[in-house]
Amino acid sequence: MAFEEAELAVSGSPAERQAFLKIDGLWKAFGNFFALKDISLEIEKGEFVCFLGPSGCGKTTLLRAIAGLDIQTRGSIDQDGKDISDLPPSQRDFGIVFQSYALFPNLTIEKNIAFGLENTGVSKQKIAERVNELLELVGLPDQGKKYPAQLSGGQQQRIALARAIAFEPGLLLLDEPLSALDAKVRVSLRHEIKELQRKLGVTTIMVTHDQEEGLSMGDRIVVMNHGVVEQIGTPTEIYRHPESLFVADFIGEMNQINAVAKSAHSVVIGNTTFKCAQHDQPSGQTVVAAIRPEDIVPHGEGARSPGAKDIKHTPGNTISADILDMEFLGSFWRAGLGSKKLGELRLIGNFSINAVRRMDLGVGKNIEIEIPPERLRVFGDSVQVAQE
Amino acid sequence: MTDLTYSDIPAGKNIKPKLAFDDWIMRAFIAMISLYLIIALALPLYSMLSKSVATYHFDLTQFEFQVSDEEGNFSGDIKTAAALNDEVNAYGPEDLAAGSNDRLKVTAFFPDFSFRSPVLYKIRGVTSDAVYIYGSERHTGPEWNEYDSNQFRKIVLRPIASFGLSNFSRYFSTPSLVRSITNSLVISAISTIITVSLAFWFAYSLARSCMRFKGFFRLIAMAPILVPSLLPGIALVYLFGNQGMLKSFMMGESIYGPIGIIIGSVFFTFPHAMLIITTALAISDARLYEAAVTLRSSPWRTFWTVTIPGARYGLISAAFVVFNLVITDFGLPKVIGGQFNMLAVDIYKQVIGQQNFEMGAVVSVVLLIPALIAFTIDRLIQRKQVALLSARSVVFVPKENPKFDWACFVYCSLITIFIAGILGVCQYAALIKFWPYDLSLSLKNYAFDLMDGGGWAAYRNSIKLALLTAFFGTIVVFIGAYMVEKTHGFRTGRNLFQFLAMLPMAIPGMVLGLAYIFFFNNPSNPLHIIYATMAILVLSTVTHFYTVSHLTAVTALKQMDNEFESVSASLKQPFYKLFARVTVPVCLPAILDISIYLFVNAMTTVSAVVFLYSTGTALASIAVLNMDDAGDIAPAAAMGMMIFYTNVAARTVHAALSRMLVKRTQAWRSR
Repeated sequence: MAFEEAELAVSGSPAERQAFLKIDGLWKAFGNFFALKDISLEIEKGEFVCFLGPSGCGKTTLLRAIAGLDIQTRGSIDQDGKDISDLPPSQRDFGIVFQSYALFPNLTIEKNIAFGLENTGVSKQKIAERVNELLELVGLPDQGKKYPAQLSGGQQQRIALARAIAFEPGLLLLDEPLSALDAKVRVSLRHEIKELQRKLGVTTIMVTHDQEEGLSMGDRIVVMNHGVVEQIGTPTEIYRHPESLFVADFIGEMNQINAVAKSAHSVVIGNTTFKCAQHDQPSGQTVVAAIRPEDIVPHGEGARSPGAKDIKHTPGNTISADILDMEFLGSFWRAGLGSKKLGELRLIGNFSINAVRRMDLGVGKNIEIEIPPERLRVFGDSVQVAQE
Repeated sequence: MTDLTYSDIPAGKNIKPKLAFDDWIMRAFIAMISLYLIIALALPLYSMLSKSVATYHFDLTQFEFQVSDEEGNFSGDIKTAAALNDEVNAYGPEDLAAGSNDRLKVTAFFPDFSFRSPVLYKIRGVTSDAVYIYGSERHTGPEWNEYDSNQFRKIVLRPIASFGLSNFSRYFSTPSLVRSITNSLVISAISTIITVSLAFWFAYSLARSCMRFKGFFRLIAMAPILVPSLLPGIALVYLFGNQGMLKSFMMGESIYGPIGIIIGSVFFTFPHAMLIITTALAISDARLYEAAVTLRSSPWRTFWTVTIPGARYGLISAAFVVFNLVITDFGLPKVIGGQFNMLAVDIYKQVIGQQNFEMGAVVSVVLLIPALIAFTIDRLIQRKQVALLSARSVVFVPKENPKFDWACFVYCSLITIFIAGILGVCQYAALIKFWPYDLSLSLKNYAFDLMDGGGWAAYRNSIKLALLTAFFGTIVVFIGAYMVEKTHGFRTGRNLFQFLAMLPMAIPGMVLGLAYIFFFNNPSNPLHIIYATMAILVLSTVTHFYTVSHLTAVTALKQMDNEFESVSASLKQPFYKLFARVTVPVCLPAILDISIYLFVNAMTTVSAVVFLYSTGTALASIAVLNMDDAGDIAPAAAMGMMIFYTNVAARTVHAALSRMLVKRTQAWRSR
């Protein structure tokens, strides 16, 4: 709140506040196939936004439209108050990093970074200083004389980043920058990129299909599917309050249960009525009820999973279940749960190591599980994930 | 959701991307290079095709005459030439069918004509299509012209062009011409089977045995690429000709004819087949062989179930390439074919021997058909081969097997002896004073200036042509390939260009040369000025060898990251900076390959230039042909070997240059 007030104070009345990047009614057609359908969104200055979705959802198409590499069929894009809808890439203001790094293989690291600084009236010495500063910034000082092939993938990607921000663009575009890297390097570079972005304050858009990457890096996330925006929100909003079954399913894990709506606050699963989060499905409608595995609370001797401390005990939503199988996943256990009350249905529950130890949970054991009403969400449609 | 159409999206105009300065430059380049291919390829071919359906005849109804009395008063009837001809029967119908260069004398219409008579003659054309020629003046149209009898005998009528297939019907009703079709097909098929079989075992030995001297064998096997295709013909004459060293081997058969053509064709097509099959064998997967061993398959069975299927695309592709080379080759059957006619030689005979350009065009069209078919099938197969290549496979490493290795060694030695032997015989022939009577060595056969064919100037011209072709050809080809590969949008232009770039491979050199005559020798064509200059030779050679060069460039460019252009644009750098600082240096090995390919082929080609050289631009390869034709076979061999040594030198320089440049500019390749 304090942050918003400060900004208001600077830019005057709210009406005058303008988004840094404003996308309005964007369509992109490839022949008779529509890769983008009426996309509208706004991005604030200094924000880190992730375009997240399965492959083929249109996120890269959207990024390339913003860059001017594949200009949209319809709709407008404004950057910094200027209409850039039909401008070629060279007349826009952005730096870009690709999954393939796209470093020029026959130029040294220094010359790669300096590529965009040349012919801009900057003196050679200034360029050299700037290159050193950038190498320092991405944590690779003294590597300037090497060729790209002599560096590791992670190092190459940092050089690509340095090259993209060398001339201080207003917008930084990252197209799956981490996808070609090993898991470990990916995680560490994730933090470095985020840190760097915060330090520079550059408005950044990153395209990714990795939800973990999106959740951990983005200030806001744009979830896309089939060329439309499914939901825009902060990582926690997206995770906690998915607006569609697609979002619920794509971000994190979800038990999906066929059910019938009863009232605005309840559904019937199998032959049992459960309280649930408020929904607007008409009574008698077949719906999908969804709950995340970690939201299922095991009850044994009054113990509760640590993740659900804030949830009130709701006796009506508690059923007896058998543990059918258990799988150790390092930081928690995953249990397959079956219950007569649910019919044929099986639920997946994630139980903390502590809970399992305390309650002595194991395959074949009968426990009480509670389904917290606020966490049991109801969706009308069935999920449609873009084909890989 | 997925069934949207344009009508579902809100009304409005589609965004029309603004073009950056770079885009305009790139489009200009595409347009320029497309224009190049249109002028150097499409338009000449079009002229040739239209020439093949152009027929000429003398239309006597189009001319009118009036004859005066002895005092010079024109009181007699005005008569058409047709009417006159009916009266006197001067010309029969077969006389009135004509070639474009035929002329009809008008005096034949007047049986009592005498050039000393005081009678005057008037002549006019009924329409402006009717053309008659007085001396070298061209007259047309309904204006009357008056001539005295001495002038009148210099008047000839020109035939009128019309379009139809009568040239083709004339072709197909001439048995001596039609026989060439069967001859060409049969010779090409036999040569193909022999070459591909020999080349397969050679490539197989190189890839699958542990014999020694593989590098040497490969080097010698590539040598035929460096000489004109007619050179083996000369060697065969020395070996098996009428006074040949090994004439008894022929057992009474003549080398002049099918046998000579087939042996020579095997020689000059061998490296092409070997290269393709070697590539095909190199991509086979070692894991398949391991699997075969673990399944206890016999070597014979493994060969038929693993090796041959793996190399099948290579074999088929090699077969079509060889077939195409043989059927379109002109030099070899010209030298050793004797009375045995082939299509490519027919074109030459029609055009150079009989000056019958229309019939030359008809034979060209006939020759185009098998060439186009072979080309199309080869392209389709190459596409499949690429798909095989991208599979992840383990490289096969041969294991030692003394018996097999030894057999391979003997086989490769025999092939090598054959190839080196042919070249050796040529060199020997070139150095002997007068075969077979004076076997002392001399250099007198190198005194080219004393013979017909162009002398040393022809050799210098060839080097000039090769250098110019390599220089301009490489620039045009590489820039063209870059524009096609790396630009966005402007799809129609790029597709047209792609098509045109693939076409030269299907066009036999003779056909292209003849097409150039029709197109560039037309006085109304502003490009007529390059006719009979070095420029037209460069143009035809670059065009003739365009496709392979283009494919080499495209392959190199495809290996470059497509996002380089995007990054460069985002850094606000012009495309030519990226092109000069990244694209060209990275592709330098391919660029050098293109230039040496063009150089070597410009040195050896006969078919693409045989119709186009003039006295000032005679070439070494043409000199070989002409000296051989004139009976100066030893000097022809000497000149042929000069081409060989020049190409060897060029390749050596190329190899050294590549190594040096790669070392200096490609340091980044080493990790």
